Amino acid sequence: MTETMAFVVDMLVHATPLVITGLAVALAFRAGVWNIGADGQFIAGATAAAWVGVSVPAGIGWLALIIALVAGVIAGAIWAAIAAWLRSRFGVLEVISTIMLNFIATYGASFLVRGPLQEPTHVYPQTSGIVSGAHMPILLRGTRLHWGFVIAVALAVIAWWVMKYSATGFRVRASGVNPFAARSAGLIDVSRVTAFAFVASGAIAGMAGAIEVSGVTFALYENISPGYGYTAIAVALLAGLNPLGVIGTGILFGALETAAGTMQRNIGIPSTTASVIEAIVILAVIAVAQLRANRVTTSA
Amino acid sequence: MIDGTSAFLEGVVRTATPLAFAALGETVTERSGIINIGLEGSIIAGALGAVVGAGYGGVWAGFAFAAVCGCAVAAIFALFAVTLRADQIISGTAVTLLALGGTGTLYRVLYGSAGAALNTPTLDPASIPLLSRIPVVGRALFVQPSITYVLYVLVPVVMWWTYRTHAGLGLRAIGENPAAATAAGIRAKKVQFLAVLFGGLLGGISGGTLVLAQAGTFVEGMSAGRGFIAIAIVVLGRWNPLGAALAALVFGAASALQFFFQATGSNLPYQLFLAFPYVLTLVALAATHGRTNSPAALGRQDFEQS
Amino acid sequence: MSDVALELASITKRFGRLTALDGASLQAMRGTVHALLGENGAGKTTLMRIAFGMLRPDSGSIAVDGTGRSFASPADAIAVGIGMVHQHFTLVPAMTVAENIALGGRGSFRPAKIRDAILALSERTGLAVDPSARIEDLPAGAQQRVEILKALSRDTRILILDEPTAVLTPTESRELLQKARELVSNGGTAILITHKLRDALEFADDITVLRRGSTVWSGRASEATEETLVAAMLGGERTSTEMQPVTAIATNRNATVLSLENVSVRDDAGVERLRYVTLSVHAGEIVGIAAVEGNGQRELLRVLAGRMRVTSGDVRIPAVVGFIPEDRHRDALIQDFSLRDNVALLGASTRRGVMGWAAIGRQTRELIRDYDVRAPDELTRARSLSGGNQQKLVVGREIEGSQTALVAENPSRGLDVQATAAVHARILAARDAGMAVVIYSSDLDEVLALAERVVVVHAGKVTEPSREYESIGRAMLGLPVS
Repeated sequence: MTETMAFVVDMLVHATPLVITGLAVALAFRAGVWNIGADGQFIAGATAAAWVGVSVPAGIGWLALIIALVAGVIAGAIWAAIAAWLRSRFGVLEVISTIMLNFIATYGASFLVRGPLQEPTHVYPQTSGIVSGAHMPILLRGTRLHWGFVIAVALAVIAWWVMKYSATGFRVRASGVNPFAARSAGLIDVSRVTAFAFVASGAIAGMAGAIEVSGVTFALYENISPGYGYTAIAVALLAGLNPLGVIGTGILFGALETAAGTMQRNIGIPSTTASVIEAIVILAVIAVAQLRANRVTTSA
Repeated sequence: MIDGTSAFLEGVVRTATPLAFAALGETVTERSGIINIGLEGSIIAGALGAVVGAGYGGVWAGFAFAAVCGCAVAAIFALFAVTLRADQIISGTAVTLLALGGTGTLYRVLYGSAGAALNTPTLDPASIPLLSRIPVVGRALFVQPSITYVLYVLVPVVMWWTYRTHAGLGLRAIGENPAAATAAGIRAKKVQFLAVLFGGLLGGISGGTLVLAQAGTFVEGMSAGRGFIAIAIVVLGRWNPLGAALAALVFGAASALQFFFQATGSNLPYQLFLAFPYVLTLVALAATHGRTNSPAALGRQDFEQS
Repeated sequence: MSDVALELASITKRFGRLTALDGASLQAMRGTVHALLGENGAGKTTLMRIAFGMLRPDSGSIAVDGTGRSFASPADAIAVGIGMVHQHFTLVPAMTVAENIALGGRGSFRPAKIRDAILALSERTGLAVDPSARIEDLPAGAQQRVEILKALSRDTRILILDEPTAVLTPTESRELLQKARELVSNGGTAILITHKLRDALEFADDITVLRRGSTVWSGRASEATEETLVAAMLGGERTSTEMQPVTAIATNRNATVLSLENVSVRDDAGVERLRYVTLSVHAGEIVGIAAVEGNGQRELLRVLAGRMRVTSGDVRIPAVVGFIPEDRHRDALIQDFSLRDNVALLGASTRRGVMGWAAIGRQTRELIRDYDVRAPDELTRARSLSGGNQQKLVVGREIEGSQTALVAENPSRGLDVQATAAVHARILAARDAGMAVVIYSSDLDEVLALAERVVVVHAGKVTEPSREYESIGRAMLGLPVS
């Protein structure tokens, strides 16, 4: 395998969780929900998938993968639903609650891999390997590239179609951009629609976690997410919250992370530089958008 | 047991101090109608700044440089959220990301990738005569690093400034109704910018406290979400400077519990204690629902059109 | 020293493509009340915001007491003795009267000292307020007094009042305008922005008329007549619906379309906004609502439009009621959506499955054509339309979407004369086509121009006085109607 080929494979493997969490963030932001908690939802999904993956009997074959993915989706949805419920019932700012839930998920996973779910030798802070039936099939033989990438692309296309052509997607967009008009002119139950989008966003992020476990790590580790949920914000914003665009920006950031990893190994540039670049991308995107918007407002 | 209680209370005040600094600053920022999610960034920048400053000129130079770094990070946020009127949530998140990544990178650049466990001078607890003799709370409140005493002075000063000066009145008016403040001749953007800088300054000192009064070293990501917890403390303190300081004590207690339990030899998993302040934040935010009197224009970016 | 207190010369101000002021001028003399007259959108408020330093002119000059000035912010204008009372109050609801009046000062803030100063000022001007009351607890009239005291509290010699009577009852309005006359008796100047001819003729010494951003008439009030002012304000654009009141023609009552029985509404804070309201609106009639702001008319309209739940009582309304809310930008349109997507809001809550974009696009094109919306195509963003064209789209969408009932709240707010006429014509046509129509306007003249029946909301209760200015005015104040 050539070096370029290896880079492309690595890039797409890295891009897979970023595209999916990017979709989760884009969906939430479109609905006017500031879900900064894709990271926690990712961890919840990964934890559930790993737990299923180590618990199911090996004999059920590929059913294990399905169950693991479904478990991940449900766990991510529940993790987001806590914040959605706190928001609708108590008016708790979701920005704060989702960040708190990120920390809680991190410590929760840390507790599990050092406690109830720790591998039998009790040496490493991780679970045992998941059953082989729960492994995501390989897309390109001889590489690490798995079908998760295809799922990510398919999810993006579905999300794009739903937002553009379905009545539900229209309600989500209307509620997000102007909840007052959505309520008054569209008679839309805005809080229900946004809560739905919030939970769906968590479900998608949870799926990303499940795919990461079934396609890459095959076990749950401490710090299984190097901050995917935060990178996802840059991915989504750079794509202009367009699901199809998220495929491109997700791959771009996948490349960035791959390169950052390589550079750290080879020339000692810290990998934290990647998050600096992400932050600069976000700031650049909002600066451009804001300067343009300010120009429009002053001319109106 | 008396000793245990006293040690626990001392721990409460010690862990509450950086939270109280950050929450006090954020209270002023939010009173001007701006919610600075990038506070976490100011804290971590302050922590690194403290290490650098202390390396050159000792503990107080460390605090000074921490404040400058916290302010610098807040200035980036203000540039976007105040000057450009960009979304405050997104700007704040990006600034946090920038500062967390930037400090990690700078630290390794400055001190090598091994991140040589660098030790800085720290403040020893200074005992205040007489006051420290008060039973039970005396030692807890008055045998603390001197930065804590700076906080004791700062809270009433900020309180007085907010409620008993025209400048404080103007600040509160901007957070409630910016159009009214502007019409009264107050320059809303300027005041908001300064309020954000003040929040960043205290955020920086908060980070400095973590290093110079507690850890004695810098660790990547050592702010550990304190900026976000501070924002919750502001809500719990009902946007009142004194309220924020008192609410910080509650969170100090939550963190101090783990030392207390460790000392008593409990075998509850430590992650439980680490997660406890975050759970408490959620519970506290939910519990204050409906009783809050948040500044009416908090978080709004569309305010000039009225 | 000249007798000219404030002079604005050849002021031009553009907002992007829109020219709000085109060489407007105004000269206000010392010791006079000066009326600034013009239709909605003529540029009155913009001109005065420039005089108060809130906006900077693109060209032209400002002189105060004969000295040329340039204001960077209201602070500069305040410093030379200009005060402004805004149409939409600029008070902080959560703060006290004293805090609001002290706003903008320097140094330390001592509530007791401020309180004494306010009481002294109250004494001098005869404007009574309680310095320690919170603004949100005060009725509109008292808030207005606070606004004026605030403006006067800093040695104000030139007081600008922007549509000060908009939120007041007719009686309160007269009192306020008389107060303005007293204020100028010792050499001060009051500039009164209004679109009411009668107020200008009765209370002002001098009048300046703006039309489309230019000064088209100025002179002594004693030399003006209603006819000359109307001609100046409207130019050649007088329209038939504008000045021609509808005669009551409720001959045979048609079917009841909207009906409320003993309806009460309590808001989130537990305050009763509507109390035992009973009201019927029939097919083919327009019922006007008259009320001083904050008396429950907002809730009444939303209940009738099916946009608000009631606490108790019986509501019978069609499944879809067209609703034209007063805040078009916030409640009626999504500015960043295309016209087509805005039309798609109709029925958005019940639509299932796939969006029929082709059909919605066709429907939008028909609306654009039938309601004379000036837009290139249906994919144009709502934001890029003028206010009048936006409102025409909203009116069309709501009328076509319901076809049985329409509720309109200040439907001509912020529109120019022609757009107002177009909107009025559409509402009348909807009535003629058999719709049940409810219209509220803060301008009683607009209500009287369109509605056959007028009901008054006061303190959450509904009454129906005889359809004439005087008795409606008394009912709005809650006074017994003779």
